[in-house]
Amino acid sequence: MSGLTGAYVPGRSPLHRLGAGAKLLALALACTALVLLGSPIALGGAAVVVVLLYAVSGVGWAAGWAQVRPVRWFAVALFAVQALSAGLPVAVTSTLRMVLAVALAGLVTLTTRTAAMMACLERCLAPARFVGLDPFRLSLMLSLTVRSVPVVSRLATQVREAQRARGVEWSVRAFAVPLLISVLRHADTLGEALRTRGVDD
Amino acid sequence: MIEFSDVHVRLGLRDVLCGVTLSLAERRVGVIGANGSGKSTLARLINGLALPTSGSVTVLGRDTRRHGARIRRDVGFVFTDPDAQIVMPTVAEDVAFSLRRKGLRPEEVERRVGAVLAENGLSEHADHPAHQLSGGQKQLLALCSVLVLEPRVLVMDEPTTLLDLRHSRQFAGVLRGLPHQVVVVTHDLTLLEDFDRVVVLDGGRVVADDEPGAAIGHYRKLMA
Repeated sequence: MSGLTGAYVPGRSPLHRLGAGAKLLALALACTALVLLGSPIALGGAAVVVVLLYAVSGVGWAAGWAQVRPVRWFAVALFAVQALSAGLPVAVTSTLRMVLAVALAGLVTLTTRTAAMMACLERCLAPARFVGLDPFRLSLMLSLTVRSVPVVSRLATQVREAQRARGVEWSVRAFAVPLLISVLRHADTLGEALRTRGVDD
Repeated sequence: MIEFSDVHVRLGLRDVLCGVTLSLAERRVGVIGANGSGKSTLARLINGLALPTSGSVTVLGRDTRRHGARIRRDVGFVFTDPDAQIVMPTVAEDVAFSLRRKGLRPEEVERRVGAVLAENGLSEHADHPAHQLSGGQKQLLALCSVLVLEPRVLVMDEPTTLLDLRHSRQFAGVLRGLPHQVVVVTHDLTLLEDFDRVVVLDGGRVVADDEPGAAIGHYRKLMA
């Protein structure tokens, strides 16, 4: 889950030193290139490049695997469906494309502080002021989304354990209602915490 | 100086606080009482998160009704659940978030963040994901995120409720060393032993207001 939770891995590699804006732009270009690459051999070459980038970044292979791990079953399903419906070469290219894009996005997360990402996003969203939107709020929304993943995951685990203790683990209502209430309560407190830290004043 | 003048708070059909009048000038003030006695509401009134239905609350000479935003700059607030106040994914980023709108240079932000983390023993966790810290470390992080703003008053709403004994003691140690005026709402009576003053609430009213020994004694009788 580290990729989703903004697990920045400190380092001094060229990728760490590169600005957040440059990395996000490079990510967009790389993902476009992945879409345009049609053959399994070309995508194999792209995979080698991604592996080299991870090696250069020095974030460690475990951190790299943590980025791709959450989509492993989806990748297997995608491969199977594509293999059956469109043949093996298409299945290989589609699956590789998806996995490489996730790995690259994860690499950006691992080598960029969220604060730098937020600052970059705020700069990019500056024109939104002209239509009455606050770029700070928009970038804060992104940051809170990232931060909320482990919190909601913890709440869901607590609710699931409570369900098991009461012997109602298969009840959707027994899971959804307390989780929703906990999440709303968390959102209320978070809103107050933001006010105490000067947001919205 | 914090002053409550005949403060009433009504939430829906319930009177949460009924005619509370207090002047808090001591450096360490504890607030205790049963669940639903109005302790948390009293704490939230101090930095304008809640407003009185009638009466007034003045903090450092300013009325919370009219100067809420200004008061929140002087009054830091630490909540019970640290997870609910950590905004950024990593420790240093979360502390730095408090300074975002101060217009400080990045080097100055880094210096202040580094200093407050070092003072509270979190330096080695600066780049760690906040959600991977222990409960005690998360509460210290929440405190750091408030302290970096250099508030004059700190209000804490049950800060040790979710902590084990060791982390609770560690937090109490940090609390003892703070030079600020601190108002702590708590059920942890040992935390208040060396406080200057303890206020006991019951049913929204102040029923005891004394040095810790006497006030805690009164509270124990009330709960018997």
